[in-house]
Amino acid sequence: MSTKEKILGESIFADLEKLLPFVNKPVQYVGGELNAIKKDWNQTQVRWCLMYPDAYEVGLPNQGVQILYEVLNERADFLAERTYAVWPDLEKLMRENQVEQFTVDQHRRVSDFDFFGISFATELGYTNMLTALDLANIPFDANKRTDNHPIVVAGGHAAFNPEPIAKFIDAAVLGDGEEVILAISEVAKEHKQEGSPGGRDELLRRLAVSGNVYVPKFYDVEYFSDGKIKKVTPNKPGIPYRVSKHTLMDLDSWPYPKAPLVPVAETVHERASVEIFRGCTRGCRFCQAGMITRPVRERSITTVAQVVDNMIKKTGFDEVGLLSLSSADHSEIAEITKGLADRYEGSSTSLSLPSTRVDAFNIDLANELSRNGRRSGLTFAPEGGSERIRKVINKMVTEEDLIRTVTTAYANGWRQVKLYFMCGLPTETDEDVLQIARMAAEVIREGRKASGRKDIRTTVSIGGFVPKPHTPFQWAAQLSWQETDRRLLNLKDEIKQNKEVGKSIGYRYHDGRPGIIEGLLSRGDRRVAEVIEAVWQRGQRFDGWHEHFSFNLWNEVADEILKKYQIDLDWFTTRERNFEEVLPWDHLDSGLDRGWLWQDWQDAINGAEVEDCRWTACYDCGVCPSMGTDIQIGPSGVKTLPLTVV
Amino acid sequence: MPVVQKIRMRYEKLGRMKFSSHRDFQRALERAIRRSKIPIAYSAGFSPHPKISYANAAPTGCASLAEYIEIGLTEPVDPELVKNLINEALGDGLSIKDAVVARNKDFIDQLEASLWQIELTAVSESKVREAVKKLLETQEVVVERLTKQGIRKFDARGAILALRVNAAEPSRGYAIIEVVVRSGNPTVRPDDVLSALKSAGGLALTVPPMVTRRAQGKLTEDPFQLLDPFALDRE
Repeated sequence: MSTKEKILGESIFADLEKLLPFVNKPVQYVGGELNAIKKDWNQTQVRWCLMYPDAYEVGLPNQGVQILYEVLNERADFLAERTYAVWPDLEKLMRENQVEQFTVDQHRRVSDFDFFGISFATELGYTNMLTALDLANIPFDANKRTDNHPIVVAGGHAAFNPEPIAKFIDAAVLGDGEEVILAISEVAKEHKQEGSPGGRDELLRRLAVSGNVYVPKFYDVEYFSDGKIKKVTPNKPGIPYRVSKHTLMDLDSWPYPKAPLVPVAETVHERASVEIFRGCTRGCRFCQAGMITRPVRERSITTVAQVVDNMIKKTGFDEVGLLSLSSADHSEIAEITKGLADRYEGSSTSLSLPSTRVDAFNIDLANELSRNGRRSGLTFAPEGGSERIRKVINKMVTEEDLIRTVTTAYANGWRQVKLYFMCGLPTETDEDVLQIARMAAEVIREGRKASGRKDIRTTVSIGGFVPKPHTPFQWAAQLSWQETDRRLLNLKDEIKQNKEVGKSIGYRYHDGRPGIIEGLLSRGDRRVAEVIEAVWQRGQRFDGWHEHFSFNLWNEVADEILKKYQIDLDWFTTRERNFEEVLPWDHLDSGLDRGWLWQDWQDAINGAEVEDCRWTACYDCGVCPSMGTDIQIGPSGVKTLPLTVV
Repeated sequence: MPVVQKIRMRYEKLGRMKFSSHRDFQRALERAIRRSKIPIAYSAGFSPHPKISYANAAPTGCASLAEYIEIGLTEPVDPELVKNLINEALGDGLSIKDAVVARNKDFIDQLEASLWQIELTAVSESKVREAVKKLLETQEVVVERLTKQGIRKFDARGAILALRVNAAEPSRGYAIIEVVVRSGNPTVRPDDVLSALKSAGGLALTVPPMVTRRAQGKLTEDPFQLLDPFALDRE
């Protein structure tokens, strides 16, 4: 390579361009998306490189990254660019030609930025983070970084237990990022203006003291001889004992992304997405997203209408998705869907609502949204096959409700219904799983009656359950992959054996092995970092892609590494914890009261349900009082959309 | 609604957008047309598609000054306005350069041949000239290309109508090839020409060349001077 001097913020596109003719789908590395923002390096003071640690086709549509990208770039003194995981074909060429990890916006070196922010929607991006750090010449060990390296910040849902990657990150942000990323940038700007006294450690100290971020290296972890954690304590004065999550209130004043990125390359979601509310209090006990994003904060019907209208104008997408954890639960969802369906009737714009609620109301919404189009498929998520297990997970749907809902769908012209389930839920028996087959058969029988047709279908889709931190199931034993696979195959046989309806039931299942590694990464502690680093060294990348994921490698390396601590893969996954045990994430505060979580875990075992606090009394989960937040829901009373059809 | 007017357009694919595939361009154009709100016609049926025809797209990785499309509109619009509206809605690197109302029926016939410019670096001019000479002496050069159906073998020589080495800068190890290739099936692409230069002329490249389609059109006396494919529409 040339010996010419590196200039901070310069484009390295000329070097990259020489490699692109030799890689698959080169367009994913060139940027140039519609609505991308190009800013002058020297006119800005705090610069962020944001990463979604998966391939461009998965990462580009990510809402979190797009929101932060816009929020930062709206500020004249801040700059944000994006980078994604490069596939192994380009990674190899980049190493051979000494081309560093780059941003797709202006092809700047990731190592030139002040912050390198990585959004972890799942733990399966950890190895891709290591590839990016390595290609950016940033040391893996946060303690070995100098003032010239970016501050590496983890965010996203997985950051609620960042302990397995504690070694690799300088800081983690818990919760909604919009306000806190600006607060972090302000602290950094001030520190820079003072001439960066005390370098990176002083900046990290200021960020930690302000409560904005969790800085793992300012905490020491001690272990008992049996491998369990003894305590986690701050090792510097002024560092808080617990770090709390951030909650954005009043979503109407944060209508991002205002101008979503429209890629030239093909991506997994070719649509505009509008978040209609954040948080969920349905209380499904397996659901980490529902637990850590409380309370429910709705965007008003007026703002939703404006955002949808604006997005269609700015992007040219012909599909708009109304997103949230359970979209049918918006207090004015009927008005929103009817209003939008009226407005776009006769145009080529279609609307979609990820539907998970199992009730007749959901069918009305789906009918409304498909007024002109095809009624192809609907999706429901009963999650558990028997009424008993649905009580355990607090998914309050009776068998009767489910059958009625699905038959209504068939009677209304829907031909295909997908049913989502999990296997390996706490207290689950073979009988609970086999119940799924009987439910699916009943769905087809009743559906045939209601629709008068024989060609209706249902698909059962099922995967292994992975217990997650900050949920009532955080103490639960994960089911071994062998047992998960046995139950899944049993179910398959049971479905196929049914001569009467078996041919109308599709069966899709995910084998139990990847879930065990996800379990290790979800509930792991700092010792797991060594496992992640070692599998990466042996070539593991793109863990979310089954063609790249190797269970055997993970399994082998985990056993090798964890042996010296007298623990193993099972210790992290299939072992049930008790109330006294210090969990690796106990010093990270999602707002949920630990006592309440434990009580909910006990209720789960006893099959006792808990209502949604939006419509019944508060049951003191701990979030609202302690976090200074409150439920924000309608109805606003506005029945018609204020905008006219264009 | 029926098509009442067809508009033909020439567009460029330049800079980093040369790495976009034909499918990428199709999606970008369809979205740009939706954003531009021009009265595009849609096909009938359950999933209506905008009426757009694409001709002879340049391969991924090649820049082009001469790509062609035709769109159907449900009401007459000034082609210049259509061009400007779509350009406002397309990103950098992709832009419509010329637009005419379709009058001549046999448009595909007008795209008889392509003029490609291939810029080679890190190779001596004399080597390039020698390889070109050897290739031109042959009657047939079978090349291989990996397609989705597997490896395909075909003659690349027959479609090469003219080939010359131009504007060389020998001191910098830099040479430009201009090649005129007849359109047809299978389409002989610039990388097929380079494969032919390698197998017939022993030209091995260490650095990937910069390839640009300069023009498409009907052949004239001078193969390097292709006739504007919109000539008949403009009459």
